[in-house]
Parts: sequence; structure tokens; C-alpha cells
Amino acid sequence: MAITGEKFLKKDSLPHMWCQGCGNGVALSSLLRSFERLKYTPQDTVIVSGIGCWGKADDYIATNALHVTHGRALPFATGVKAVNPDLHVVVLMGDGDGVTIGGNHFIHAARRNIDLTAIVVNNYNYGMTGGQFSATTPADSITSTTAYGNPERDFDICTLAEAAGANFVGRSTIYHGRLMDNLIKEALSKKGFSLVEIISPCPTHFGRKNKMKTAVDMLNLYKQNGVTKDKYEKMSPSEQSNAILIGKLVDKDAPDFNTRYEEIRQKAI
Amino acid sequence: MSRTPILMQGNQAIAEGAIYAGARFFAGYPITPSSEIAEECSKKLPKIGGVYMQMEDEIASVGAIVGASLTGVKSFTATSGPGFSLMQENLGMAIMGEVPCVIINVQRSGPSTGLATKPSQSDVMQIKWGRHGDQAIIALAPASVEECFLLTVKAFNMSEKFRVPVILAADEIVGHMRENFALPEPGEVEVVDRKKPEVSPDEYRPFEPQADYVSPLASYGSEYVFHITSSMCGPEGFSNNDAEIATWKIDQLHKKLEVHRDEIVETKTFLMDDEPEIVFITFGATTRVARAAAIAAREAGTKAGVLQLVTIWPFPELEVIKYGSNAKTIVVPEMNYSGQIAEEIQRLLGYNADIRRVNKYNGEVITPQDIMKVLSL
Ligand SMILES: Cc1ncc(C[n+]2csc(CCOP(=O)(O)OP(=O)(O)O)c2C)c(N)n1
Ligand code: SF4
Repeated sequence: MAITGEKFLKKDSLPHMWCQGCGNGVALSSLLRSFERLKYTPQDTVIVSGIGCWGKADDYIATNALHVTHGRALPFATGVKAVNPDLHVVVLMGDGDGVTIGGNHFIHAARRNIDLTAIVVNNYNYGMTGGQFSATTPADSITSTTAYGNPERDFDICTLAEAAGANFVGRSTIYHGRLMDNLIKEALSKKGFSLVEIISPCPTHFGRKNKMKTAVDMLNLYKQNGVTKDKYEKMSPSEQSNAILIGKLVDKDAPDFNTRYEEIRQKAI
Repeated sequence: MSRTPILMQGNQAIAEGAIYAGARFFAGYPITPSSEIAEECSKKLPKIGGVYMQMEDEIASVGAIVGASLTGVKSFTATSGPGFSLMQENLGMAIMGEVPCVIINVQRSGPSTGLATKPSQSDVMQIKWGRHGDQAIIALAPASVEECFLLTVKAFNMSEKFRVPVILAADEIVGHMRENFALPEPGEVEVVDRKKPEVSPDEYRPFEPQADYVSPLASYGSEYVFHITSSMCGPEGFSNNDAEIATWKIDQLHKKLEVHRDEIVETKTFLMDDEPEIVFITFGATTRVARAAAIAAREAGTKAGVLQLVTIWPFPELEVIKYGSNAKTIVVPEMNYSGQIAEEIQRLLGYNADIRRVNKYNGEVITPQDIMKVLSL
């Protein structure tokens, strides 16, 4: 039987609120298929989501869910996981939510190596509020609040997660469907903090303002620019600056927070 | 209380009260004068199957206790003014999601970093109004080590019973005060647990309307699957922008405290039986000073008594009117400039009522002499 993830889709909430050509629906399908592959149940899974277009994904998911404040999803998820290690805790955040307003929580969740999976959909801007720039908007890009180009530098979310101590880090684009499926499934299965960054089109704002008229233009760009680590490492710095490094980037097995807490607890009792 | 009394600090009694009430998760960020609560929890919780977490800030601390509470574990945090300001955002989420949890605010002087180690009672209005949006809150203010313990238990009981966050509004004086106190035996003080759903998992909705405005709360990881959101939502817990739903939800948040008002509001009286002409109205640490002042006034030949507001929010309006209306003079000592409680009393008793304020906001304790000065006895 084909894996569709359908039993995890909350059909009575459809149609969804996302624009035509938005990548969020594609990312959601991939996530729900992974739940099915891994035989998760609505009872043993908790989605924690922040605020933003991608943060609305919980409305369409038939598991437990906690839809919280902007940028704070990881601390809520940390509380859930800390007291119930048996739950699968999956955190959905946009680039604004996850690494801009929520940047401090992001690095500390990774440092703590709390056993949850963060799925950050990076569309290079604040989609929900009208396409202002975020901490991942590339320098010089045009957004609603960088009319003449972005003067700031951007974060590399994966490098940030790696440096902060995540056990698993991977990046895909919406175009690379199979890679996205595999990374999400592996991240969910990994004990400790795991991150999948998904580069995704926001044609309504980022695309339109940066000479990518349609989602198809954006997907073509991902197709052209998406390169795996071995290829990326052979590129010149100027080639690298246009490339999107995709694939599995970190895969470690450092003990997660709950395991460490239990070890230390043994000394107390 | 049958155990032998031991010398205990207020903050320690708060930690003991939380554990007695069944709290098994603490997430916090250290700050004077509340840190002893975190330290105590970090020692005690691991031994009894609980979890202590030190978060990256106070925003995260409230996030974590809300997440843990929804997983069925009684949870709390402790802080002081600067941290309490940061907690407001997710405290709003706890109110909207109707999530039981307890926040201890051991008040210190401000604004901002202020006098970091000195007492204050200036967060009264921040506790009530510090968050955006329409909401109501319960806050209790202890005046002794024993009350630190008992009101912490009560804070958990109220939070569980009514599915709301509850604030314990302590202050540096009670937090750091040491008094003899005997910890109650298990069972001696009532401990309340949240109402669990009795319907089948298919029928369960996390905000099911109830006659008493308190919907049963399932736990993540149980057979019930449910959705909690910070957005306006209907009984099923999914965001919903209907005007009718918004009215229902905001009513719900207020009415659950209104209908249980008598259970929530607690006051204590001291030398109030003979309708004294001078009534000291107090909360927290100033209560003890006012008692000394009442005794001194009586020794000087004037009948005086004390009404202690144990619950500060919802405001004990009926009690203030009952005991305040017949008094000739009301004296309200507060460790703040603006008379945050005095304003409420004035609002109730009218602007012609003789309400004398004693305000000290320099980190020093209000003395009985400070109080007597406004009385010219
Ligand atoms: C504290 C706070 N500040 C600002 C906002 C307004 N806001 C809502 S969503 C959002 C940004 C969303 O961007 P992102 O996280 O990248 O998600 P996307 O919409 O692009 O999926 C902002 C700024 C808010 N809800 N809360
Ligand atoms: S604004 Fe952008 S991110 Fe939001 S739904 Fe539309 S395309 Fe998607």
C-alpha cells in the first residue's frame, strides 16, 4: 500500500490557508508520510508549532498539538519531552520563528541535545506578516523592509545547529522530495536534537520581490543550485556562495538530555 | 502540624510547599531574591522522580512548565521582577490555553535592575495587567514562612482546580525570612488534582463548555489526542476567528474566576472583632508590621485592627467593603511609590474615604513607627 500519511491529515481543517505555489504543503506531506513510515500514532506524537505560515501546519495535523507564541516553540517542546521521554516531539518553525526571534532557544535546545526534531521551513523571509526580512534573508535581497537591499548578513541554520551541538542536521529543498523524506525520517528516528532545514518558496513575497515570478522559477533555482557535500567542497568560494548545500550534514550519537539527566539522577538517589 | 518545627526560610518553604502539592517539574532561571527556590528544587526533585531544568531565560522557563503541565505533571517556576517581566508573554499563553501552572514572584525593587537584593511590593499591577489582552489572574501574597508553604499549596490547588496559572506574589522579606515551621504530614493539608476527562477519546474536546467553566484536561501521551493553541479557539482547541467564539472564549477566561470567587479569595483579620476605628489593610510582609502598629495603637487607647489581603487578585472587594466601610481611618502600608493596593481600596470606598498611605520604596522595610506617623495618636 502506498504511504500517503493521510491518516495524520486533519481533513476537516482543509482547504489550507497557504498561497498557491507555497512550499509548506509539500513539507507537510513529507512529514506526515514519515509519521506513517515510522508507525507513529496520534497519541504518542506531539507537534509543537510557533507563529508564522509554516507554524499554522498544526491545524492540519491529527496528532496532539501545542501551538504557542512566536519563537518559543522549542522551550514548550522541551518541557513536554523532559517529563515524558516516550513521546515523539516534533517542532515546526519558520526561519523567523526558529532562528530569528527564537534564535536563543534554538541554540540552547541543540546544546542541551533534547530529544526532539525541529523542522525549520526556510523561505528567507517573514511570510505571514508580509515578507519582511529575517535572519536568513541573504544580503542584498529585496524584502518589504529592505526596499534597497538587505544590509545584514544571513545565518546558516545548519551550521548554527551543528556548532550548538545537534546530533543530526540535514538540509533539503522542496524540489528534492526524496531527500526531504529521507532526512525527515532519519531526523525523527535520531535520539537527541535533530534539525531538518527545508528551503521553500514563498512566491507571494520573497519570490515576487526578487525576480522569481512563480514558484516554478524558484524550484528551478533549487534544482540548479542544490549540491551535495562532496560537490560543494570542490567548488570555489564564489560558486559556493550561489550553491545550496543539501543532504545529511551531521550525524552523531551524543547522549540526549533525558539520558544525561537520568545518569546524574542516579547520583542523587 | 505534628512534625518538630525547624528553622526554615520562606523560599525553602515555597519549594517544600510545591513538592507537597505534587509539583514534579521546575524550570527556571536564577535571580535574587528567588534563587533558593531553584536551588532547593535542584536538590529535591531528582530524588523524588521529578525534573529540574535551568532554562536559557524566563521566557523559556514558562514555555517549559506549560509543556510539562500539559503532559500531566504539576509544574512551576520562580523568579523576581526582571524575570517576571520576561515571563509575561508565555504567561499569556498559559492563560489562553487554560494550562495549570504556578509562577512564584519574589518581588524586589525596580524599575529594571533596581535594588537587586532589596524588597518591594511594586509588581501588584504588573501581576494583574502585565500581559496584553483581556485576561484575569489569581495572585496570593504570603506574610510568613508558614504562609509561604500553605499558599504555595493553595496556588497549586487553585491552578489545578480552575485550569489557570496562579501567581504567588511573595517579596524579598518573606522569601528570606527564617521562622520555625513544622512541615505538615502528607494528607494533613488538602491537595487538589485537575479534573480529567471522563468521555471517550473520540468525544473529548479540551475546552468543552462546562457549567463551572472548568473543562477537564487530558494529558499528552494518554489515550486522548488534543490540540491547545495560543490563538482564539472554540471548544475543540483549533484557532477560530468567529466573533461568537471570541466572545465565548474571553467570557470563559473571566467567568471561571468570577463564579469561584468565594473559593479563591482569602483574607485574614487581626483585632477586628470590635469594629475598630482604624483599619490597616495589608498584604505580604507589611502585614506583620501593621499587627505591631495595631497593638501599639490600642496601647495608646485607639481601637485598631488589621485586614490582611491573602488573595490580592481577584481583589477582595467584598471584604474590603465589609471591614473598611465602618472604619474612620484606613491605613495602607506598601513598599511602592504609587500605592497600588491603596488605589484599589480608594476606588471601592470612594475618594472621600480617609485612606492614609504609607509608602516606602527605597529598599528599606516599613516599620511600625512609619505607620504610626500618619496617625498622630
Ligand atoms: C512576539 C511577536 N512578534 C511579532 C509577531 C508577528 N509575526 C507573526 S509571524 C511572524 C514572522 C513569521 O515568519 P517565519 O517564522 O519565517 O514564518 P513564515 O510565515 O515565513 O512561514 C511575525 C513577525 C508575533 N506574532 N509575535
Ligand atoms: S505568504 Fe509565503 S509562506 Fe505564507 S503561505 Fe503565502 S507563499 Fe507561503
